Amino acid sequence: MAAIYSLYIINKSGGLIYYKDHGTASRMDTNDTLRLASLWHSMHAISQQLSPVSGCFGVELLEADTFDLHCFQSLTGTKFFVVCEPGTQNMEMLLKYVYELYTDYVLKNPFYEMEMPIRCELFDLNVTQGVQKDRVALLGR
Amino acid sequence: MPAVAPRSGDAIFASAERVNAELFTLTYGAIVRQLITDLEEVDEVNKQLDQMGYNIGVRLIDEFLAKSNVSRCVDFKETAEVIAKVGFKMFLGVTATVTNWDAEGTTCSLVLEDNPLVDFVELPDTCQGLHYCNVLNGVVRGALEMVSMKTEVTWIRDMLRGDDAYELQVKLLKQIPEEYPYKDDE
Repeated sequence: MAAIYSLYIINKSGGLIYYKDHGTASRMDTNDTLRLASLWHSMHAISQQLSPVSGCFGVELLEADTFDLHCFQSLTGTKFFVVCEPGTQNMEMLLKYVYELYTDYVLKNPFYEMEMPIRCELFDLNVTQGVQKDRVALLGR
Repeated sequence: MPAVAPRSGDAIFASAERVNAELFTLTYGAIVRQLITDLEEVDEVNKQLDQMGYNIGVRLIDEFLAKSNVSRCVDFKETAEVIAKVGFKMFLGVTATVTNWDAEGTTCSLVLEDNPLVDFVELPDTCQGLHYCNVLNGVVRGALEMVSMKTEVTWIRDMLRGDDAYELQVKLLKQIPEEYPYKDDE
């Protein structure tokens, strides 16, 4: 069964606002996640410039030997990316679903401040459920 | 594969969770009334409503993008159509028509025939300067700012002031490019 290792959300200025570890192996400490997030933010920006054709919106999928990284950027500039086992299906769906959860449980929370780290229990809960459900391929909806 | 942008918000509106329209209308009325009590000046109330709308707009845009599946608009004309047909329908349950384009295609009007915010409202003489629905200005302005369009939104016609429709003028001031400042010396 394909596993999802971790999920990240980066705000439009490149700061990590959410990180969730779903795997058991190779946990990263907070500094590493922050570093990875800002690195990815820059790589994403550079990839747009490197593209030989115009109208490129950045890397969507990075495939490595041991993991896949799927990235989704909303039109408002927030990036969602998930690190998972190579060949995991339906990740675009999952990211879109997380985006919807983000609009519902984060942005509609009146005590959430924009661009700040997300500390919303309801969001946490729903993301965890979403990721689990994904394992039974519900997101083919 | 990019999703095909819907030309109307009917489907999303039908599937979205809704609240009683009267509760919505009365809650908005209560907010406006309280603002008038607190701020006393009608102009201040207009300003505050606009600010509240702006704060709503900057958050609402993400929900709109997440749930409507619209893709990037090619120009401001398309943006206006999408706001009128999909955005208003999705969040307000009504659609607007886009008219009065200027020659450069940067200014247009969104005309609302029907507006659920004002169902029971009559403006008293003491509040003649009030733009009762000023929150909508702010929402549109805030939402567009988050997708890199600076706009100016003003009321042209207001049924509460005896006009025959609600007309919201949206003027595109500038489009902030999304590119990063790569060249430091520029």
